Amino acid sequence: MTRLNARIPEGPLAEKWTAYKSGSKLVNPNNKRKLDIIVIGTGLAGASAAASLGQLGYNVKVFCYQDTPRRAHSIAAQGGINAAKNYPNDGDSAYRLFYDTIKGGDYRAREANVYRLAQVSNQIIDLCVAQGVPFAREYSGLLTNRSFGGAQVSRTFYARGQTGQQLLLGAYSALSRQIAAGTVKLYNRRDVLDMVLVDGKARGIIARNLVTGEIERHAAHAVVLANGGYGNVFFLSTNAMGSNVTPAWSAYRKGAMFANPSFTQIHPTCIPVHGDAQSKLTLMSESLRNDGRIWVPAKMKDVEKLRNKEIKPSDIAEADRDYYLERRYPAFGNLVPRDVASRAAKERCDAGFGVGSTGVAVFLDFADAIKRKGHDAIDSLYGNLFQMYEQIVAESPYETPMMIYPAVHYTMGGLWVDYELMTTIPGLYAIGECNFSDHGANRLGASALMQGLADGYFVLPYTIGNYLANEIHTPRFDTASSEFNLAAQAVTDRLQQIKNSGGKESVDNFHRRLGKIMWEYCGMARNDAGLTEALYQITELRHEYSRGVKIPGRLDEYNPEVEKACRVADFIELGELMVRDAQQRRESCGGHFREEYQTSEGEALRNDDEFAFVGAWEYRGRDVAAELHREELQFNEIKLSQRSYK
Amino acid sequence: MNFTLKIWRQKNVTAKGEMVSYDVSGISPDSSFFEMLDTLNQKLITTDGDPVAFDHDCREGICGTCSLYINGRPHGPVKGVTTCQLHMRAFKDGDTIFIEPWRAKAFPVVRDLVVDRSALDKIIQAGGYVSVNTGGVPDANTIPVPKEKSDAAFDAATCIGCGACVAACSNAAAMLFIGAKVSHLALLPQGRVEAAKRVQNMVACMDELGFGNCSNTYACESDCPKGISVTNIARMNREFLGAKLFSEKEKVIKESL
Amino acid sequence: MYSSITKKVLMALPGLFLVTFLCVHLGINLMLLKNDGGRAFSEAATFMGTNPVIKVAEIVLFAGFLLHIAFGLIVSGQNRSARPVAYARSNSSDTSFFSKYMFHTGIIVFIFLALHFCDFYFIKIGLVAPPTGIAVHDFYSRTLLLFSTPWYSLFYIVSFIVLGIHLNHAIQSAFQTLGWNHSKYTDAVKVIGSVYSVAIAAGFSIVPIYVLFFLN
Repeated sequence: MTRLNARIPEGPLAEKWTAYKSGSKLVNPNNKRKLDIIVIGTGLAGASAAASLGQLGYNVKVFCYQDTPRRAHSIAAQGGINAAKNYPNDGDSAYRLFYDTIKGGDYRAREANVYRLAQVSNQIIDLCVAQGVPFAREYSGLLTNRSFGGAQVSRTFYARGQTGQQLLLGAYSALSRQIAAGTVKLYNRRDVLDMVLVDGKARGIIARNLVTGEIERHAAHAVVLANGGYGNVFFLSTNAMGSNVTPAWSAYRKGAMFANPSFTQIHPTCIPVHGDAQSKLTLMSESLRNDGRIWVPAKMKDVEKLRNKEIKPSDIAEADRDYYLERRYPAFGNLVPRDVASRAAKERCDAGFGVGSTGVAVFLDFADAIKRKGHDAIDSLYGNLFQMYEQIVAESPYETPMMIYPAVHYTMGGLWVDYELMTTIPGLYAIGECNFSDHGANRLGASALMQGLADGYFVLPYTIGNYLANEIHTPRFDTASSEFNLAAQAVTDRLQQIKNSGGKESVDNFHRRLGKIMWEYCGMARNDAGLTEALYQITELRHEYSRGVKIPGRLDEYNPEVEKACRVADFIELGELMVRDAQQRRESCGGHFREEYQTSEGEALRNDDEFAFVGAWEYRGRDVAAELHREELQFNEIKLSQRSYK
Repeated sequence: MNFTLKIWRQKNVTAKGEMVSYDVSGISPDSSFFEMLDTLNQKLITTDGDPVAFDHDCREGICGTCSLYINGRPHGPVKGVTTCQLHMRAFKDGDTIFIEPWRAKAFPVVRDLVVDRSALDKIIQAGGYVSVNTGGVPDANTIPVPKEKSDAAFDAATCIGCGACVAACSNAAAMLFIGAKVSHLALLPQGRVEAAKRVQNMVACMDELGFGNCSNTYACESDCPKGISVTNIARMNREFLGAKLFSEKEKVIKESL
Repeated sequence: MYSSITKKVLMALPGLFLVTFLCVHLGINLMLLKNDGGRAFSEAATFMGTNPVIKVAEIVLFAGFLLHIAFGLIVSGQNRSARPVAYARSNSSDTSFFSKYMFHTGIIVFIFLALHFCDFYFIKIGLVAPPTGIAVHDFYSRTLLLFSTPWYSLFYIVSFIVLGIHLNHAIQSAFQTLGWNHSKYTDAVKVIGSVYSVAIAAGFSIVPIYVLFFLN
């Protein structure tokens, strides 16, 4: 029988959160001072949680691998943040936001969590505005909204193309205020390498000081993971270079279950790969699809001429262009959800109609929009994105269509958490992208920022109190205890082992190889044979890695190769689990597309009878297959249906 | 493309550093500057060399982590981009490229090209925020903000905190960085409430940290990857003088229960 | 200690005062061009030397000089120590070249000022004896004598070109420091500042050129 209990409060969906808050235990202000909380990560979720918990009076220690909390990769989110404010009076409501999120996630998310997310979304906007986040405004001085990522209402608040940056700076400023007040202590340039459990509860962490290489021990009454997503398992992704799974993975190895690891989002509008030296991919905001039209040539001879640079894209007549999204999905056109748009691009490129020097790109054309709205209007909407594109590709989107191709962007999977955002380890919480909870098998645009901030500002500060209320008699922990000794020793041994393994190949090489396997077999489309092959290749890679990887320099100094070595070791293990998860899920849903399970028109075919569950994996040991647990998903409010965007 | 690189190498904060010369070859003009350095590092790793440490993270020009002083300019020769968005096509084949860390007393070198910019965090901690708590705030639309003000605030708020302004300044001053934050918040009604206190605290903190003074050369604006204008410095000066001259003496109020 | 902005303001305000003083000084100098044997010039000089309001202004002027120079030195010292390790490759940011050399141009102007005081002001207050044959208050003859020496005239002209360079940056810089920056007016301030600095350099240089080449 499953060990998973989501602990969803009783009562009607719309009243669960209120009921929970009314019934949860509180911690007296005098006792909060005696309680320590560790927060790992300073993105939207981590920074907002640390700031809010510090403000409540807890002693917070916050960790980030960056030199300052303001650099966490939430900063790169461009498009916007959803909220059910209904300011435009177009029929939005908490229920509709909830409904869209569940449907967009292809019915693989938990109703209660998503409804709560929709409920608190409005509070986020209020708080961010009060913090001074400069959201876009009308001439009236009031906030403006846009429709985003295929939503049929305008519920997205945005700050030009830099919404993530502005929201993160808001959370960072709140965090800075608490640091100045002394309630939060910042540990920057730290990698968190292990969790410490005492009597089965999360009681601390082992961190490596990236400047000195020192192994540090930190104890607390509860630990909050907010270390983001694991898209870098693909080597090339839109994640930051340092984004990693290590803190979450160390929790997994200590018993926290990892849910739906194979659910990755491939974002349709990224700048295509230029060559072998490519180190990361750059996302162009999805908002571009509001005005840009996606196409490839309809005739193979035009494809060839383009590739040989005999003609320019603009030379191809309207009738010879295949606006394949508009053709296949007349109702939504270019605004279909991300997974659908990505797969459609892959389908065209696989069929040989791709453009660009590599043949793996499609056009995103603004010529019509410029004609319709004027150059200036397009410039004010997308000017900074066009500029960014031009810097990277050296072509102006005003003159020639952009070229785009899908890239790994977000991971819906993550540590399994219950309604309180607690993992299967008591006292260990996971918030933001590093948990699995709200996006099902596919995340809608402008929902990641919403979830990160909802978790950090408005959910965790309540739910963690319910746990800590029982911990007020627990004294501060001694980091010289045997549990800490063991964990610290294990980390030191592991680092020594990697350092002394004495291979010839660099960490980056291994990472690149892993990425190729993942992208090939566990990317936009998956099939059983491919996944079996991937499993074999990754296991081989893991063995090879443990036999030897080349690490220059020393452990007790600033050494980026050591950082990467630990991260890549974890990515290899994670890759294996992702493949297993993709293999066990014999259906297609959202970002998970199994070629064996598709409709006659090539759309994802869900199997609700057998797979309407969350697949949570339990670690069984390094060379033992992980064990799958199922949390059956109950849909009481929403009737499951085939997603259709036609 | 082939390049000769002259790179600052320094083991740690106390060690003596020096410029060391390296050659890289076969670089694609479409490579980013960091991909070029990645190529160098991979070569160094496989030949038992010591790879060059440099700060980088998002590689899309928004996180502000990257910090190279390239050929006498922070973030290199192209205007309005960070180092990670600099592409090798901006250089000529065979060029010699000088790569140095940001230089300022307030930014000690951690290793090679990596510097410690926590001084900028300290300035923000001194007051770069609106003192609101989570919860208990009014509905977002009860605070109207004139669009022009909101846009100007946004322009200032795009600062990515990379420190290029300090690196470019002949006096290693941080005035553009703090001017941007002071302006962002002073322009908005939400930030107006504690504007006088904020600017004084932030300036005092900046002075303590050992940054230089502004001599209005505007190198900061010219090399800011986000094009933040020096009008923000003027606004800060105005805010500061107004606060110093006209704010009332602070009263200590004891809140007894 | 004053904050960095206060220090800059304490440089900018006296600086602006000195800028207006230059205008007055130039007006008097230009009277030398009047072909009246120096009568107008001497009258003005006497007025400047005796009027009680001017006497007070003189004190303010000297205080201004001292403040400007003192804070200039302090600020420059701090600026130097803010970057203990210099760049190997010198800065090539797009800035006006001379704006980075305000300290250096200031030093040259200061040297000129010292010499100028020896030649005129110290004689007036009796610290230095006038050259033989010239009365203590006969500034007209004194000026003509000095400017008829080509090296002195050359030094004088160079000094004012340097001062012009100093002013070109200083005027708009003072406005910026005081926070007087406005999207409508700042460009005008910059243009007027540049025109003013050229006018000062040219205006002061006319006199020695006139004396050297056109008098006699």
